[in-house]
Amino acid sequence: MGAGHAHRLYRHGHSPVHALPPHTKLAAVFAFVVVVVSTPREAMWAFGLYAVLLAGVAYAARVPAGFLLRRLLIEVPFVAFAVLMPFVAEGERVEVLGLSLSVNGLWGAWNVLAKGTLGVAASVLLASTTELRELLLGLQRLKLPPLLVQIASFMIRYGDVIADEMRRMRIARESRGFEARGMRHWGVLAKSAGALFIRSYERGERVHLAMISRGYAGSMPVIDEVTASRAQWSYAFALPFAALVVCVLGWTL
Amino acid sequence: MHVPDGFIDAPVSAATGVVAAAAVAVSLRGARRELDERTAPLAGLVAAFIFAVQMLNFPVAAGTSGHLLGGALAAILVGPYTGVLCIAVVLLMQGILFADGGLTALGVNITVMGVVTAVVAYALFRALVKILPRGRRAITVASFVAALLSVPAAALAFTFLYWIGGTTDVSIGKVATAMVGVHILIGIGEAVITALTVGAVVAVRPDLVYGARDLRQKLKLRVNGELVDVPEAEPVPVAARSHRKLWITGLAASLVLAGFVSFYASANPDGLEKVAADKGIDAKAEEHASADSPLADYGVEGLEDARLSGGLAGVIGVGVTVVAGSAVFWSVRRRRGAEDVSPVSTSGV
Amino acid sequence: MDPVTASLEVSGLAFAYPDGHQALFGVDFSIARGERVALLGPNGAGKTTLVLHLNGILSGGTGTVTVAGLPVGKRHMAEIRRKVGIVFQDPDDQLFMPTVREDVAFGPAAAGMKGPELEERVDRALKQVGMAEFKDRPPHHLSFGQRRRVAVATVLAMEPEILVLDEPSSNLDPASRRELADILRSLDVTVLMVTHDLPYALELCPRALILSEGTIAADGPTGELLSDDALMRAHRLELPFGFDPRSVTMGA
Repeated sequence: MGAGHAHRLYRHGHSPVHALPPHTKLAAVFAFVVVVVSTPREAMWAFGLYAVLLAGVAYAARVPAGFLLRRLLIEVPFVAFAVLMPFVAEGERVEVLGLSLSVNGLWGAWNVLAKGTLGVAASVLLASTTELRELLLGLQRLKLPPLLVQIASFMIRYGDVIADEMRRMRIARESRGFEARGMRHWGVLAKSAGALFIRSYERGERVHLAMISRGYAGSMPVIDEVTASRAQWSYAFALPFAALVVCVLGWTL
Repeated sequence: MHVPDGFIDAPVSAATGVVAAAAVAVSLRGARRELDERTAPLAGLVAAFIFAVQMLNFPVAAGTSGHLLGGALAAILVGPYTGVLCIAVVLLMQGILFADGGLTALGVNITVMGVVTAVVAYALFRALVKILPRGRRAITVASFVAALLSVPAAALAFTFLYWIGGTTDVSIGKVATAMVGVHILIGIGEAVITALTVGAVVAVRPDLVYGARDLRQKLKLRVNGELVDVPEAEPVPVAARSHRKLWITGLAASLVLAGFVSFYASANPDGLEKVAADKGIDAKAEEHASADSPLADYGVEGLEDARLSGGLAGVIGVGVTVVAGSAVFWSVRRRRGAEDVSPVSTSGV
Repeated sequence: MDPVTASLEVSGLAFAYPDGHQALFGVDFSIARGERVALLGPNGAGKTTLVLHLNGILSGGTGTVTVAGLPVGKRHMAEIRRKVGIVFQDPDDQLFMPTVREDVAFGPAAAGMKGPELEERVDRALKQVGMAEFKDRPPHHLSFGQRRRVAVATVLAMEPEILVLDEPSSNLDPASRRELADILRSLDVTVLMVTHDLPYALELCPRALILSEGTIAADGPTGELLSDDALMRAHRLELPFGFDPRSVTMGA
């Protein structure tokens, strides 16, 4: 089982970013995204500066550019949406290479692309420098209600179980020559979903019984106290503060 | 359907954030009645399951694909309150870990994919279970219909949010048609998965389906050959009074939302035109400006520079979400802390 | 505490699952402090259901369970869970923390223990099962036998009144099996061992109970019960090929 062991998104390392307490990183990433979203879309240079800031963090965390860029692919469906915007949006239109595009749509596409990409990049950096278990501890320290933390930790614990069961069932399906193609295979996939649920539940139930047998009553016992010094907080918040300066410049210039 | 950062403007994101925070707070209170020691991991499992199944994009038509929203499934399996919490956790973790759905759009995502789907699906489900003849089949059929309709409902909710707070003025009709059209198809997939999952669980472990709790038969025990009735163990899960509380809280939340949104949406048109002129963009392009960038019509009065004032409004809006959200969480936590002095959950086994 | 008080007393226990399947039909037995008792029974006899009643995970039927004089019920749940240490059949279910140390610390930490006291408790439990040098390893990197030993340590760390083991010998190779037997023999606690590994029961437990169709069908010295062919056949218990309980000298 091993709940907290490294997830696929995590890159093991000993950089200063890795070493920061998780709750400072969570708060910093959230503040950074808030600042980015509040920036006017016309201030294109500001987004460039944000990207430079993130690149700086990635450098400090020794996360290679290739890794970061690959993980950005999650955004692709929205890129498709953004590309459509200039064609379907209304208002004034301009001719670009013989295509009639909406000015407003172009701005909208830029807005979504720029802010979305920066948000994704910030989250990717967080996930690749913080272990899952640490993230949960961070959320707990940020005063997320304990019930939510509990559900989240169960979710992560069962995530492994489900992934395992899913892989086993897929192998069983494929070894009998099944491949999902189109709508008529929904039935098979959905039946697998039902079976998957029961299998995972019964597994998870046993783990939970083992937990309550050892006195678990709703929240993970704190075995190692994590505290953040003022220096660590200010180090973590260097990113959102720098971003805030850029943002304010973006509004005033 | 995960909405990224910057898709919906700041004030509406903030207002939805408040709604989502309120919904989560209400659910936290309600969930204590739904969850007991044995079912707590079920909530985590449902969350993990939805997390996993959301990654399986199923093919729809013409090269597009959709994924499970899961609100219906969660509400039926673990109850509406816990269901909302499950989806909220899934979205939070997806936002943090996979950057799927923006962190500032978390409120939008939780409201659309969690609250709307769970509430719509559960209401439909309960109504159908009451109408249909009792039995397993009714549960499956009700799950199917509830899941089927919950998806277009979420699509409509998204369209509404886009209409009041979208950052690009695509005509609302186009958005609605495209969203609802695609999502009816996705709804079929959702319905199939939900109905089969619920059906499978009801068949093997009926005790795990929250929505089917009152369909359980009365038990008898045989002690040394004699039949003995089991003492009534299960308290009635939801009391009438709590329903009223839910509705009052919901109403308050909607009022807050309505006030918040209309305050911004009815912003001074002069300021709007001024901005358009400042930017040298044709006024025509700004006619649909209720759906434009945060600076357009969200002004802070008394400030000369329209850009600055609009920006301030945006920042204030987001700030308010953060403060309100944390305040709600904090107060709920405090109250829980005060009440939960007794060990283990009060509902027990 | 009064040494005469039984570690565990079960009386009139009956239980049916919510789906209507009834597993226990009135179970009565008692285990004195320091005894090592085997609970034998075929698949589906209700052994696991019974185990889950011992620390109040299952309840709602009729009858009572008393641990060291304390009735199992909501009032004393935290204390009961500390007193009854259950080692589940699959160590992968039991070990859910990222390192061995954190896993063993889980129980005492949940009871509020902290700092050096907690650390000392962890070290002692790991030493008892001979796993002290694996403290900082992730459990899923250990061999199956080692994982089972860590699972025993996670329970020992709570210093339970009674240790309940569900199929402790399953999936163990002969060497791991012997190592675990040595560990169990060295412990000074009351043990209830649920198993269908009859030679293992004979080796470790002087007394045995047979649970069949939801009731206790027999209670007596392990060697005697295993030698009673009619009794064994009636409850679908079979000795491994060539194994004769009469020829084995009892290890007690």
